[in-house]
Amino acid sequence: MTSPSAVEGPAPETMIVRDIVKRAAIIAPVLVLVFGLIWGVDGALSTAYGLAIVVCNFALAGALLSWSASISPGLMMGVALFGYLIRLALIFLAIWLVRDASWVALVPLGITIIVAHLGLLFWEMRYISASLAFPALKPSPPK
Amino acid sequence: MSILAQAAATAAEGLQKADYQAINGATNAGLAYGLAAIGPGIGIGYLVGQSVQAMARQPEAAGMVRTTMFLGIAFTEALALIGFVVFILLKFV
Repeated sequence: MTSPSAVEGPAPETMIVRDIVKRAAIIAPVLVLVFGLIWGVDGALSTAYGLAIVVCNFALAGALLSWSASISPGLMMGVALFGYLIRLALIFLAIWLVRDASWVALVPLGITIIVAHLGLLFWEMRYISASLAFPALKPSPPK
Repeated sequence: MSILAQAAATAAEGLQKADYQAINGATNAGLAYGLAAIGPGIGIGYLVGQSVQAMARQPEAAGMVRTTMFLGIAFTEALALIGFVVFILLKFV
């Protein structure tokens, strides 16, 4: 029985999260503008808050998985499941704390969380599936 | 036991229709959130377990496995987020 060892290689989660943050910066003005036009200033502020929640959720997930993979695969399994619970609790807390604030509109906030989460993931998946299917398209490391 | 039953009956008499609606709303919202979180929890556990097994079998493919695993976790989590948003809308709107 060998002792568990760290997962070798660079952390792809960090790169994915960096990509997602860049893409979120691109879609943020569009979403804020559209939801602001529909729900007013409160809608725009809630949309920005929802986007911040989604990006922080991805960043936390990526950081936790990268950190745990650098220690052991067993820890990564535990961190993936308990991280999921902790992140759900944090999202709940983030909304619970502001639910009665004057600038919060819960409908655009909820819609933003779902749309931004799924939209950013599908956008990232398109890029990743292309690079996994056609590895030759990947930039080669400097020699 | 009978004291508890009496207390429950007394409390029930004092409840108004609005209270019943609030109780029903809170129960349904809690059920929506709780049930929506169970499936993704099972899915993430299975997904990560299989990924770790794949990394153990083929360590040279660990990067690709971790990439797809991370995306898989995020997609599975979207189900829980949808349940969470339904909970928020049922409870607070």
